[in-house]
Amino acid sequence: MNDTYSIMRHFADSWALLVLFLFFVGAILWAWRPGSRPLHDDAAHSIFSPEAERLLPAAASGRTCDGTRRNKAE
Amino acid sequence: MPYLRLAGLAVIALLAAIAADQGHDLAYRVHGALVMLVAGGLFLWELRRAEEVRPVVDISGYMDGPIRAGVIATAFWGVAGFLVGVFIALQLAFPALNFDWSQGYANFGRLRPLHTSAVIFAFGGNALIATSFYVVQRTSAARLWGGNSAWFVFWGYQLFIVLAATGYLLGATQSKEYAEPEWYVDIWLTIVWLVYLAVFLGTIVKRRQPHIYVANWFFLAFIVTVALLHVVNNISIPVSILGSKSVQVFSGVQDAMTQWWYGHNAVGFFLTAGFLGMMYYFVPKQANRPIYSYKLSIIHFWALIFLYIWAGPHHLHYTALPDWASTLGMVFSIMLWMPSWGGMINGLMTLEGAWDKIRTDPIIRMFVASLAFYGMATFEGPMMSIRAVNSLSHYTDWTIGHVHSGALGWNGLITFGCLYFLTPRLWGRARMYSISAINWHFWLATIGIVLYAASMWVSGIMEGLMWREVDAQGFLVNSFADTVAAKFPMYVVRAAGGGLYLTGALVMVWNMWMTIRAAPAREGAPDTAIPAE
Repeated sequence: MNDTYSIMRHFADSWALLVLFLFFVGAILWAWRPGSRPLHDDAAHSIFSPEAERLLPAAASGRTCDGTRRNKAE
Repeated sequence: MPYLRLAGLAVIALLAAIAADQGHDLAYRVHGALVMLVAGGLFLWELRRAEEVRPVVDISGYMDGPIRAGVIATAFWGVAGFLVGVFIALQLAFPALNFDWSQGYANFGRLRPLHTSAVIFAFGGNALIATSFYVVQRTSAARLWGGNSAWFVFWGYQLFIVLAATGYLLGATQSKEYAEPEWYVDIWLTIVWLVYLAVFLGTIVKRRQPHIYVANWFFLAFIVTVALLHVVNNISIPVSILGSKSVQVFSGVQDAMTQWWYGHNAVGFFLTAGFLGMMYYFVPKQANRPIYSYKLSIIHFWALIFLYIWAGPHHLHYTALPDWASTLGMVFSIMLWMPSWGGMINGLMTLEGAWDKIRTDPIIRMFVASLAFYGMATFEGPMMSIRAVNSLSHYTDWTIGHVHSGALGWNGLITFGCLYFLTPRLWGRARMYSISAINWHFWLATIGIVLYAASMWVSGIMEGLMWREVDAQGFLVNSFADTVAAKFPMYVVRAAGGGLYLTGALVMVWNMWMTIRAAPAREGAPDTAIPAE
């Protein structure tokens, strides 16, 4: 059990597997979290915004440079 | 700065000239001469405009130049790759086409990697680079990051293609499937790819859209994973700095495992994740309705990423690879069926309430057929990865048929759809020149794929059964040459199917040419949907 292969192999099929699996389950649960629907709808519709056709100046787009919206109703 | 560039180009041209003169093998010397000509040409070009006043580049809009070039390159390499494919299909049916005068350059063994690399990396790669640059700008509301870096990515990638393709013909190969280019070509691709990653990430970082739209997740996974796969699978030591030959660092079964970890993830991340990025943008855009379920797209993404990376060992059933490893690959391949079909359903259901568009819009029809082939190929693949099925299918034409229903059906048709979407928009035209030509293309391509896949199923299963047939004494009934003779009709049908597919691509090139050159420029604001008839 002391050669490199066995140590790596043991780590791979125990802790590494557990961490990866939990991350995977976590990612799915995160997608299903309460309150995610409006965000997802917004993202799904984002490709139909005016900017999806041509680049607008930052001032005209209703968005600031840090990516947050100035006007939620827009 | 121009003088620094000039000095750099001069040094490269000089070193390449030395390589062309001193190189140990033909491929290396030809590549030296090629790099010398490219660097020398760039030197002259830089020199002539060194004292010129540069026109100010308009950076207020999206950067579409490299995308236009990418669309043209995609069509060009597509036709080139399909043409070589049809020719090698005919070579298999009629071995006399391996001409004596071209032995060692244009026989099947040399042309086959040329075909696979031309369609996967030249056709598919250019399509991925062009569409990812288009999508990341539109979904981020930001111009491409890095100024002319995007042009470097485009031209650097073309140089990689030319070096790889000429290398195959001249015999420079490290004989790893889909990773044939030798060490210096690999290093060049790594440089180009890291710049590509920087341009893509830079654009996402400076985005003005709060969300990172799901298509960009897929594109980013494709870029990052391909970089990782490429570097690890190409760890090799050149025999000489002046020769193309290199020796792999891994050996034996480790090398085989690394190769198929690479090989299957080239399918998973180059031909699947990247093209799913296209699907998640262009299908909703063309249908003019949002993706069916954004939640499902997130789950699709993570499931695909987590499962695909383990599937490689299913290429090594019944080999020196330990059974546990190939079982692991098999189990993960079967689990992959879920995210694959989840993604297909997500794309198809985007048309919910607009199914009539399949009848009226040939571009939507292409996308739908593409998703259908995605579904079929991702059902067939897991099935073939099961050890018992694999014992029949491995080394037969069934594998070739499976690959082509995925490549021609899923990758080809979705790329054609994207080209029809992009061409009018990028050149400011109202629509494609001829809608009925798109229809012709669709049917030529679809019938071609059906002929291809059906003949390869018949041929592959027949081969598998003939190879394992034993008589009452336990002796093999058929010799290998018997199977070759029995496959002849299927090989002719396969070449005919490939010919139809190539004809369809030529119709598309004509249509693109007429759209760019002849169609009236569109007026006013760009419309989101192209009228079908």
